[in-house]
Amino acid sequence: MRRAAIAALLIASGFVSLDAQRGAPQPPRPPKASAPIDLTGYWVSIVTQDWRWRMVTPRKGDYQGIQMTPEAARVADAWDPAKDEAAGEQCKSYGAAALMSVPGRLHITWQDDTSLKIETDAGTQTRLLKFGNVPTTADTPRTWQGASQAQWLMPRPNVPLQLRPADRAADTPPPNPAGGSLQVVTRNLRAGYLRKNGVPYSENAVMTEYWDLYKRPNGEEWLTITTQVDDPQYLRGARLTAPLFKKEPNGSKWDPTPCSARW
Amino acid sequence: MGSDAVLSAVVKEHGMPKAQCPRPNVGRRVALVMIVCALFAVTPPAFAQVDLTGTWQRVGQNDNGNAREPVDLLGMPLSADGRAKALSYDIAALSATERQCQMYPPFYALVGPFPLQFVMVPDPVTQKLLAWKILGWGDRDETMIWMDGRPHPSKYAPHPHGGFTTGTWEGDTLTAVTTHAKLGDIKRHRGFSSDRATLIYRFNRHGDILTVTGILEDPVYLAEPYVLTENFRLTTNPNNFPLTACEPIEELPSLHENPALVPHYLPGKHPAMNEVTQRYNIPLEAVLGGPETMYPEYRKKIKDNYVMPPPCKESCGGPPPAAPPPAPTGRGAGPAPRP
Repeated sequence: MRRAAIAALLIASGFVSLDAQRGAPQPPRPPKASAPIDLTGYWVSIVTQDWRWRMVTPRKGDYQGIQMTPEAARVADAWDPAKDEAAGEQCKSYGAAALMSVPGRLHITWQDDTSLKIETDAGTQTRLLKFGNVPTTADTPRTWQGASQAQWLMPRPNVPLQLRPADRAADTPPPNPAGGSLQVVTRNLRAGYLRKNGVPYSENAVMTEYWDLYKRPNGEEWLTITTQVDDPQYLRGARLTAPLFKKEPNGSKWDPTPCSARW
Repeated sequence: MGSDAVLSAVVKEHGMPKAQCPRPNVGRRVALVMIVCALFAVTPPAFAQVDLTGTWQRVGQNDNGNAREPVDLLGMPLSADGRAKALSYDIAALSATERQCQMYPPFYALVGPFPLQFVMVPDPVTQKLLAWKILGWGDRDETMIWMDGRPHPSKYAPHPHGGFTTGTWEGDTLTAVTTHAKLGDIKRHRGFSSDRATLIYRFNRHGDILTVTGILEDPVYLAEPYVLTENFRLTTNPNNFPLTACEPIEELPSLHENPALVPHYLPGKHPAMNEVTQRYNIPLEAVLGGPETMYPEYRKKIKDNYVMPPPCKESCGGPPPAAPPPAPTGRGAGPAPRP
């Protein structure tokens, strides 16, 4: 018993590591294997909000709902889709900061164990969400989709505060939490448009997303992407939206179309 | 299982604070206690939970509640009955004495202008979470989200303005289901849900941002689920509009003089039917909604009929007007402006 007491003291005082108590450290499972939610498959955007700014190209000067700076208004007032076409920049409204709000479909697959690939049929774009460190340097080329760093957010354990009387009566331990969400931070963007009619975001914009999945008992699956765009140059405050997608059984409606500056 | 047993289960599952462990001693019993304490002391704390209490200010950077034209059903998956109901509605009906205190249905939490005020309701005996309550606004009843597993009542049970709601946790997400609400309008007077509707809320908290996804199903007025999202931000400086007693008054003399008058529009006679088309060149068939209007392929259908309207000249949004330059001061300054 005395030895046990000493062992307990050692553990309590931190001389024995947790790993040592639990055996040899286990290598972390790759993100693909440890995914708490399955995002793969085909998803269609559901356009129940901001319809007249998303489903058609809104008229020039329509900036409702966007907290833009005066500098942004000057840029947007000069919007000229013909100029964008001449400069080969038809994809300015398909950059990462706007892409998930463009009506269309997503095809999500694992490119490898640490990279989630998001393809869109609208504009034929590809986002690569990389788990782990995504180093960028000053000379890393900026792209429409930028560099996206992803991580899984696991739910915290449930506590008895949330247990129902029936659960408590059964004297069961707190239930194992299920689910989780995906956090994505995107930087290194090429400057683009938040809205088709030329509302700009700068190359220094940073986008933070939370991907949350909901599987209904009837089999439907819904995906909500909480999206925050921070861009002090062109936005007076964070732009917060939450585009919505519904899962489709297959890719039969997948319809790739090129970027368009006008439609 | 009593509260002591629950506490015991908590300790077993989550550990005990280091401060409660006795100091080393040579006694056998104490040594045993020390072993237990030592094991628990190094267990990572696991008492965190998603707390929704507080006031969540609406971010409102979408058009959920901001539509300007009375007939704007864009992207609403209305059934034929739902469209007919929407187009017969005259907002003056709200001035009828018997309707002035009518409240919005729970879906209004997603499209109304006010914050969400979450309150935790403990069980009076065990102090465990019994329900979450979303406090009401001036024109939306409170929503009590029962977390104790009670069933929804019979479909013949009374339908209060706030409906009947139960909730469950799925990981860090609170899912709530509301039934038994009354008929009410679901997009600021543009479309209705019936008393047979079911609303599913998903509450996802990420830091100080709360994203609410609402899935509304209604066999009467919707052909497919109507799903909206809204973001809220936790605030310590709320601008609330509390629910208080409502007292009908005389709002429209014509209704007072003729109580039998029910403001409405006959089929095809809504005077604002063409406003969106005139202002934005969006085809009327899209303006009148329907499930097909919320899918991307609908763009192909209207592409050839859409011509971008002239540049916006009024109510266009954009940055606030520049502040006037500060008034000159000192000896050379003119007289101060009169208040």
